[in-house]
Amino acid sequence: MTYTKRFDGRAFDEMRKIEAKVGVVPNADGSAFFSFGDTKAIAAVYGPRTLHPQHLKNPQKGVLRCYYDMISFSVTERKKPGPSRRSSEISFVTSQALSEVVQLNNFPNSVIDVFITIIQADASTRCAGINAASMALAHAGIPMTGLVSAVSVGNIGGNITVDMIKEEEDYEEDGEKYATDTPMAFLPDGRISLLQLDGKTSPEMLKKAIEAGRKACVKITDIQKKTLKSLEAEK
Amino acid sequence: MEKDIESETEYVETKRKEIAVPGDIIASGTNFLPGEGTKREGNDVIATRFGLVYEEGRLIRIIPLSGVYIPRRGNIVIGEVVDILFNGWQIDIKSPYMSFLPISECRGFINKRDDLSSYFDFGDMIVAKIIGVKSRGIDLTMRDRGLRKLQGGITIYVNPNKVPRIIGKKGSMINIIKDNTGCDITVGQNGIIWIRGDTVNHELLAKEAINLIVGRSFVDGLTEKVEEFLSKNNKGLKIIKREERFEEKEEKFEEREERAER
Repeated sequence: MTYTKRFDGRAFDEMRKIEAKVGVVPNADGSAFFSFGDTKAIAAVYGPRTLHPQHLKNPQKGVLRCYYDMISFSVTERKKPGPSRRSSEISFVTSQALSEVVQLNNFPNSVIDVFITIIQADASTRCAGINAASMALAHAGIPMTGLVSAVSVGNIGGNITVDMIKEEEDYEEDGEKYATDTPMAFLPDGRISLLQLDGKTSPEMLKKAIEAGRKACVKITDIQKKTLKSLEAEK
Repeated sequence: MEKDIESETEYVETKRKEIAVPGDIIASGTNFLPGEGTKREGNDVIATRFGLVYEEGRLIRIIPLSGVYIPRRGNIVIGEVVDILFNGWQIDIKSPYMSFLPISECRGFINKRDDLSSYFDFGDMIVAKIIGVKSRGIDLTMRDRGLRKLQGGITIYVNPNKVPRIIGKKGSMINIIKDNTGCDITVGQNGIIWIRGDTVNHELLAKEAINLIVGRSFVDGLTEKVEEFLSKNNKGLKIIKREERFEEKEEKFEEREERAER
């Protein structure tokens, strides 16, 4: 257990500097920007609108369709543009994480499109994406029971590390991967709508990680709400 | 003609000028009835939409600030003809669902065997009323006063949630713009606004005034600001007030009648 001090000098339960903005994409029905330090995500929401292809239509409730994409210059090594195995998986888990709060039965036969673009990546991009998307959905005037907030919690050699950076995610000891990354999203009532795990952990550590994540997400929700409320006051 | 449209929605002053975001507890206790955009959860009423909190007696609801147009029965909308089918027209009214205007709901007799594009062609803008919102789509009608095909002028699109503000209390705001620009303006509930003036400059002046309202819908004393804007930016445009225009028309009509008598 040699990782006692974090690379960027933060406390283990401290998140990076969060910045949030609403209404960044003028042509969208709703949009938001959310960043954890150097991880920056923009979400744009279009709709509810007519669904194409039509065979995906559901006459009982609307469809929430998410597109997650990392821009080719978002990482140090150029990322090949276009959808990949990784991005389609993240798109899927994002729509699962968000669809619980969105009241889709108000819009049968239609679709709400959420486009999440990562313009700079430094770990936990899916969490920044979910936070931005949840704000953008609220900004687009879509009925929701609350806002979803997400954070990634790591476990580096028994230390619960909230909001890891890329360096920590890749932390190695004796040539072996040592860090575990657990992105998680919380609904307003405290239920979990996203929980993924990359690495090894024990049930006790996972429970601890979830508690740390829950605490961090309360702070994130506050920031999300504050940002949305300041929107009209600015004008 | 326009009066019908304007009486549809009235601008409401909110008592509580606070903004709620989804999940906010906006009232506690069983005294309140949850209205539009809200939901009861146990003892509390929570907001489910982003907007302003509005209390009306026991009813508490959210006045949305954003979002696409959700069609309601009885709304008067402006739409574009996007398709001609064998028994009517498909109209795009900028809502999640397509709307349909059958021949039978048009004014006058239209022979089915005629070329329907001679009545409404692709790209034509029409004012229509929603008579039904069903799962398969929206039904429109043209059988009412003021519902017509729009000729000339320009159409602009604004956030449909700002439409009550543009119209103002009993049409006060829109009448200021009409009087100060001399334009004919029709506001659709779906956020499409049609403006026709004497020149393009008249139309653009009206358009800018509308954009001012949309951009600053929460400023107090907006009516005065709009009046000020219109008088300041009126760069030597000759404005014929609508009443005068009617008088002119009547005079011409009388002249013609006199001539006919002779």
